[in-house]
Amino acid sequence: MDEALKIELSKQGIFATTLQELYNWGRKSSLWPLNFGLACCAIEMIATTMARYDLARFGAEVFRPSPRQADLMIVAGTITKKMAPQVVRLYNQMPEPKYVISMGACAISGGPFKQGYNVLKGIDRYIPVDIYIPGCPPRPEALIDGFMALQKKIDAQQLTGSSRPRHLNADEPSEFPVPQFGAHDLEPSLNPEVWQAPLVNISLADNDDSGTA
Amino acid sequence: MTLELLKSEIEANVPGCRLEIIPNPSPSGQHSLLIDPEHALAVAGFLRDAAHLRFDYCSNVTGIDWPAPKLSGKMKLKEMGDGMEHDAEEEIEAPATGHLEAVYHLYSMEKKHGPVIVRLRTEDRANRVHLPSLTPVWRSCEFQEREIFDLYGIHFEGHPDLRRILMWDEFVDHPMRKDYRDPDDYEWEPTPHDDVLERAKQHYTPRPQLDGAENITAQPK
Repeated sequence: MDEALKIELSKQGIFATTLQELYNWGRKSSLWPLNFGLACCAIEMIATTMARYDLARFGAEVFRPSPRQADLMIVAGTITKKMAPQVVRLYNQMPEPKYVISMGACAISGGPFKQGYNVLKGIDRYIPVDIYIPGCPPRPEALIDGFMALQKKIDAQQLTGSSRPRHLNADEPSEFPVPQFGAHDLEPSLNPEVWQAPLVNISLADNDDSGTA
Repeated sequence: MTLELLKSEIEANVPGCRLEIIPNPSPSGQHSLLIDPEHALAVAGFLRDAAHLRFDYCSNVTGIDWPAPKLSGKMKLKEMGDGMEHDAEEEIEAPATGHLEAVYHLYSMEKKHGPVIVRLRTEDRANRVHLPSLTPVWRSCEFQEREIFDLYGIHFEGHPDLRRILMWDEFVDHPMRKDYRDPDDYEWEPTPHDDVLERAKQHYTPRPQLDGAENITAQPK
């Protein structure tokens, strides 16, 4: 529908919309995050919800203590390998549509612990991530920015066609395999359907392109 | 009270115990007392209960790994050979002279003195890694001895609940041992250097389908 016509109609007291707009507006305006934090990023997440930054302005004031009632998982903090199966299990328990914000350097890539033996090198090895927020830890403004980016992403989703979101596509998986504790590492150490190691040429690593071939 | 005095006092009160003072050459000069495992419980009990000592508080327990120098070289060669991590317990043969240590820091709340640093030493790093637990004497040792068991692999006999505390139960390695090799899941980094660069070279060889790949070596500069 023509945008100018819609505005004109609204001036006459007629509200015109599409089901898709209404549906996306409802979803993006009532994202309920899962009430869990893993490390220091969680403190920033808590600060974001408090009066000074007030995440409630974006319709996300109810942090649900149960994954069954949440549709946004903010992975806030270092994911140790001992914790990773529980994070994946919580994600599996959330109903669709569900989204993941990977908050902070640790949740993105392992951060300062990337070369260690006991920290997962990013939650995107096991579950799909919608928004990455860099920082160590990110400030509340950064989390709000990431949150608004997720809202924009939801708002732009088509409900039909090949680009429709995962929860409207019966062929797409809603649950992902939970890694098992192995003798030396998690098994498997990554889910190849979700994440694959980047292909790079390290001989270009000194250049500005950071070695990406 | 100097450590020499304390040593002779313990020897007088705990018959048969073998003590050794390990000097600390650093400016702090915190010398420590090496106790033989057989008499460790008796010595600990004496340190805690003697009226003028009363070391009633164990503030810290930690582990130290002392691998035999020759052994660590052998482990490294094996690691380079097939790129797999090895469990130290299986690899080490009898002539190994390395050992593991548990170090206890003792204070007296009552007498307001301390610390006295006490060491226990295992016979080797492979099979004879048993030490008596001092948890029956100082309750605060419980979690820290579990941590040493987890990360160094010292088995504390008489510990009420000797399980892994940081790593999961299925884990078999002891990560704080110097010959530990962490799982081989290197991931690309934008600015590899030193050890990380070595691993980057192992994992990211130049791909033949790249244009001019034959000219690319995996050695920047």
